Amino acid sequence: MYNEENCRFLKTHEWAFVEGENAVVGISNHAQEEISDIVFVDLPKVGRTVKAGENCCVIESVKSASEIYAPVSGEIVAVNEALTTDPALVNREPHAGGWLFKIKMANPAEVNNLLDLAAYNATIGK
Amino acid sequence: MTHTLKKTALCGACEAAGGKMVDFHGWLLPVQFDSILAEHKAVREACGMFDVSHMGQIRVAGKEALHLLQYISCNIIKSGAHEGTYFHMLTEQGTIIDDAIAFCLSQEEFLVVVNAACVDEDFAWMTKQAAAFQVTVTNESDRWGMIALQGPTAVGVADKILPGIVDLPRFHIQEIELFGAQGYVTRTGYTGEDGVEIMLPNAQMEALWNALLKLGVKPCGLGARDVLRLEAGYLLNGADADQTKTPYEANCGWVVKLAKENFIGKAALEAKKAAGFKTKLKAFKLKTPGVPREGCKVFYQGAQAGVLTSGTYSPLFKGIAVGYVASDIAVGAEVEIEIHGRKVPAEVVKTPFYKNKV
Repeated sequence: MYNEENCRFLKTHEWAFVEGENAVVGISNHAQEEISDIVFVDLPKVGRTVKAGENCCVIESVKSASEIYAPVSGEIVAVNEALTTDPALVNREPHAGGWLFKIKMANPAEVNNLLDLAAYNATIGK
Repeated sequence: MTHTLKKTALCGACEAAGGKMVDFHGWLLPVQFDSILAEHKAVREACGMFDVSHMGQIRVAGKEALHLLQYISCNIIKSGAHEGTYFHMLTEQGTIIDDAIAFCLSQEEFLVVVNAACVDEDFAWMTKQAAAFQVTVTNESDRWGMIALQGPTAVGVADKILPGIVDLPRFHIQEIELFGAQGYVTRTGYTGEDGVEIMLPNAQMEALWNALLKLGVKPCGLGARDVLRLEAGYLLNGADADQTKTPYEANCGWVVKLAKENFIGKAALEAKKAAGFKTKLKAFKLKTPGVPREGCKVFYQGAQAGVLTSGTYSPLFKGIAVGYVASDIAVGAEVEIEIHGRKVPAEVVKTPFYKNKV
């Protein structure tokens, strides 16, 4: 199972966890605290091909919309359907039940470009 | 660009209570404390308080105080003891400079409470018009702090520090003495709930805030305030109304009293009303999930029909919004609102979205 320690991060607060040939994607605890009150997640379509760094999902809170970028390239193979009825799951469990989508990686080596937890924490002044 | 944000007398108290501070028209104010949804719930079900010290107070005094106000207002300013009147201040073209409330303190003295972003312009406009009247206009905005205490239990809570305030009728003002200073209480608000707004000099504001905290009142920020006012169908000046729109277009025709003898903008309004309006402010409710926001395009029968001026997620009604669209699009019509490139179905609905029994 993934947690903060074994995830890799983007500076834009997304995390990725490698699960076989897929990367599970979510947002960091820091990001969910900043966004707060998540009321809707506009998930990508399964089957869509994304490039690393591509904007492919929108998280809406009461006060703002936040774009979510794909940490790695590949095909969206699953989305977290639980978020359609309970988007606040991203607030409650950013590193567990609040995952967003899974990407079947086109180039698994891209994961090496991502930040580890210590490096990510440094970017948010932790 | 660097500029120093203005701070209200409650800035430190808001930060101490966990307020996330943001720049709001040049003021450093809390957008939220712990959660906008929790703050919204507190105001709809019990009560919450907002620091609205950034709002302006302009005093109009003198023999012709009422005459000046009637001249600059499209509504009939009430002059019964302690009565308040919501009004629009218009340009010669009949468009909206600001929406405000004038409270009658006596036959020769009124207190006008105006929007924060409009204080300087309102004061300059009123001063200019005042030249023709025996009246003095004073901008007292920097002297006063103000807390809006809002919610079904708000007036009962206010009564604990201001005994007897439960008897103040809606839209009335009362002079008060609290913490050794003179101030005012008005039974008004911007949330669609019952409540009061309490004005005291800056030096007394922290004492007022702390007294309300002690009574269990939840601090609320601008985020919750915006959801509450949109649910209640109130205009946000600068977004839903500005100097390109008349009150008729802004869905506020009831504020215009053309039977009044004379007021600034009357001739223009009569002419524009006779010619008809191409667009009007309409309200929308999404039929599927999503959050409409200011700037989203509205489509009707496949073509763009307008743009949203306000939109939000309402815990009571989900995606709600207002925007200017062709005036012939009727309540019940199906439209689409484009959100992040996705067209979301919505229905034209009546305002207000929310109506309490106040």
